[in-house]
Amino acid sequence: MPTRKLIVDGKEIEADDSVTLLQACEQAGAEIPRFCYHERLSVAGNCRMCLVEWVGAPKPQASCALQVRDIFPNKDGTPAKINTTSPYARKAREGVMEFLLINHPLDCPICDQGGECDLQDQAMGYGRAAFHRFNENKRAVEDKYMGPLIKTIMTRCIQCTRCVRFATEVAGVPDLGATGRGEDMEITTYLEKAFASELSGNVVDLCPVGALTSKPYAFNARPWELRKTESIDVMDAQGSNIRVDARGSQVMRVLPRLNEDVNEEWISDKARHACDGLSRQRLDRPYVRVNGKLKPATWAEAFAAIAAKISETSPDKMAAVVGDLSAAEEIKALKDLMGALSVTNLDCRQDGAKLGGPRQTYLFNTGIAGVEAADAILLVGANPRWDAPVLNARIRKTWLATGPAIANIGPAVDLTYPVMQLGDDLSVLEAIANGSHAFAKTLKDAARPMIILGAGTVARADGAAILKLAARIAGDTGMIGPKGTPAEGGWNGFNILHTAASRVGALDLGFVPGAGGRDVAAIVDGAQKGAIDFIYLLGADEFDVAHLGRAFVVYQGSHGDAGAHHADVVLPGAAYTEKDGLYVNFEGRVQQAGRAVFPPGEAREDWAIIRALSDVLGRRLPYDNRETLRAAIIKDAPHFAKIGEAPVHADTKPATWSNIGQAGALDSQKLGQTFAGYYQTNPIARSSETMARCAKEIGQGVVQMAAE
Amino acid sequence: MSLRRLAPPDMQPAGFAFSADNAAWAVKEIAKYPQGRQASAVIALLWRGQEQEGWVTHPMIESIAQMLSMPFIRVLEVATFYTMFNLVPVGTYLVQVCTTTPCWLAGSDAVMDACKKHIHPHPHTVSADGKFSWMEVECLGACVNAPMLQMGKDFYEDLTGPITEKLIADFRAGKDPKPGPQNKRHTSEPEGGATTLLEDVAKPKKPSKPKPGAAT
Repeated sequence: MPTRKLIVDGKEIEADDSVTLLQACEQAGAEIPRFCYHERLSVAGNCRMCLVEWVGAPKPQASCALQVRDIFPNKDGTPAKINTTSPYARKAREGVMEFLLINHPLDCPICDQGGECDLQDQAMGYGRAAFHRFNENKRAVEDKYMGPLIKTIMTRCIQCTRCVRFATEVAGVPDLGATGRGEDMEITTYLEKAFASELSGNVVDLCPVGALTSKPYAFNARPWELRKTESIDVMDAQGSNIRVDARGSQVMRVLPRLNEDVNEEWISDKARHACDGLSRQRLDRPYVRVNGKLKPATWAEAFAAIAAKISETSPDKMAAVVGDLSAAEEIKALKDLMGALSVTNLDCRQDGAKLGGPRQTYLFNTGIAGVEAADAILLVGANPRWDAPVLNARIRKTWLATGPAIANIGPAVDLTYPVMQLGDDLSVLEAIANGSHAFAKTLKDAARPMIILGAGTVARADGAAILKLAARIAGDTGMIGPKGTPAEGGWNGFNILHTAASRVGALDLGFVPGAGGRDVAAIVDGAQKGAIDFIYLLGADEFDVAHLGRAFVVYQGSHGDAGAHHADVVLPGAAYTEKDGLYVNFEGRVQQAGRAVFPPGEAREDWAIIRALSDVLGRRLPYDNRETLRAAIIKDAPHFAKIGEAPVHADTKPATWSNIGQAGALDSQKLGQTFAGYYQTNPIARSSETMARCAKEIGQGVVQMAAE
Repeated sequence: MSLRRLAPPDMQPAGFAFSADNAAWAVKEIAKYPQGRQASAVIALLWRGQEQEGWVTHPMIESIAQMLSMPFIRVLEVATFYTMFNLVPVGTYLVQVCTTTPCWLAGSDAVMDACKKHIHPHPHTVSADGKFSWMEVECLGACVNAPMLQMGKDFYEDLTGPITEKLIADFRAGKDPKPGPQNKRHTSEPEGGATTLLEDVAKPKKPSKPKPGAAT
């Protein structure tokens, strides 16, 4: 890579030709103020705040829009001299700041951006505090409707166009634009329709001023009064890194954290805005069903009711199901408790996914960052835009950068990048497996092809047969092996796109039917036929809980959703913001959530509830604190010790891959989507008013709640 | 310049379609640009649409966006950026009065007053008989014949208040006034006729070749 020498603030550096002057100055340790420049967006160069002095140049230079390769040395051959702090540069920026503030309202005291506003901060450095020269009226701009998540106060807008570029480039939903020009330029959605992207909340973070702020969070808190906790999102299985901001006992908002390997700096709207569901519909005390009605009870009474039922039930008539939002700790505790009771009817796959066995067979093996190296992608019944919006943005980024061939078997949906729609019939998958379909050749010719199976696809009755076909395609087209090396350890293009945050962790810990045990469908069946008398639901709401016959149901979880409605004993647990739980994302990366607040009322951390129950049942679990529990988890699954690391991608052992799925006949049923809508897919999101409003105003179908 | 927004929904027509001729022209226009760059034709199409309908309508924007595979907002951005696109209905005769400095100094206020009196007190508003509307525009490049106005593709120059009133009356009566200077001036010659270059200009002599070695 060619480089050239620059002298930045008297310090000589060797800058890469391909970077901008702004980046070069930052390498030299200089701090350049900016509004429109953002490293993940295209360069606009319209705010002019990043002006620097290039000694000898006739004008100050916008460093974000000046490539290092365009900076020529001085006539005598000495490197070009760049000053970022000289009076000349400073004066230029002060001039820009004065222009920006001409029309910017002085409403910081009532502005939600106050305290975390780029304009506020930079005005401290470059504002003309002593006097101002503008006596005319300020320009006022009408506020625009941008949907239920984005509040607009457009008079504050400084036309940096970050939001427009984000919508067009990253989100791939070109709804935002700048109409008019000059003083009358306005940022708006087309005819003020809602900004229909699952990543829309990110424009609030991008906005350097208070023009776009969070509507649900409006006037709720100031940044300096919030307690910030680093955590992990559980609204999808991507494990986006988040920061939970809480005040007192309430989670006020959720913001993204930077993690290049997982979510870059974006999070989905569900991750960001479902947090108001954390304080609604909460289970804050134990309940026991008496004469058909749930009555408040004490922990001791609830445990006693459970112990009484367990003592009269034989292990083969007991079952336990783990839900989609559980952390590894409680899954391990429940598994150990059920093991102590000799129960084998265990399952974590509420949707009936035909997954299990070696780890590589149920992971998103390519890895999220690995997607960027793919050159052919086959989606099978996966809608990443809803299943994992941030992953979808990564696929789009890949498409923009290298233009891989992307094909979709499943319902035709707009994924924000062009996709070859191959229809929603499984015969297409068979044709690709047989090599008779044109896309089979595309996959075969590709250096690094990948296949993505949707969670709903492997959950079908013929899921095992589909898995088998997919594994065959993976094997035949060389998806698994040392063909090309993205980061390390070869290429593995076989991917399952999970939607449940707990799923991979639960599969890692082996929360699947033991010898002769029943899976979820068989548990429901058994409950209806009287073969199952006792069911322990750990936050499990997403399967047919309404039809468990006369079985005694214990529901442990955070929200009064479907599971709790049908329970005989309700044990109040903690939501993901209320425990230091371990979650494993779909690529197999173990990450730790952080406790931002305490569980409400009498609710407790879930593993502690199970530990306490085990004591009552006379089968005390051998851990008294989180550390010993973690040690037990690591003993079961050593990768839990490596927090933050994704597994190495490729495992080419034929034994692993020939055992995936089961050959069988395919149903004639068309491929569907995992979810019928984006916004209300779990108990927290269903309790969230914001998510309900999104579903109503943006409208992408509302998931049917389980009938009472 | 002022805020440029689409006309309110009750003013908008139900649909838009290019006439057969214009549609054929549009296909050729779009084909001028390489594959994937069809959006480059947006200004040409909007302009032709405006020539056909008189103004840029909401259905026109969406129809052109679909023809060019562009998001609606991108076409709206273009239509609101350029003041040459009329976003509200115009009369059969659209009077564009230049009010930039030379015209203003030469009396464009009187021209505007005539429009206000005989068309409508407000610009961008169709007159009661539906035939006229007027608007202020920036310099149209005929400063030497200031003040002036543009009607369709023609310039009417060297105006005064009364002349403008007569022009409007003539158009209203269905007459076809002659474009150009309205004060008997010939193009941009001085008022009262030419004052210089009155005699025939002699054919220019061949430039004599410099003698070799003359330049030192």
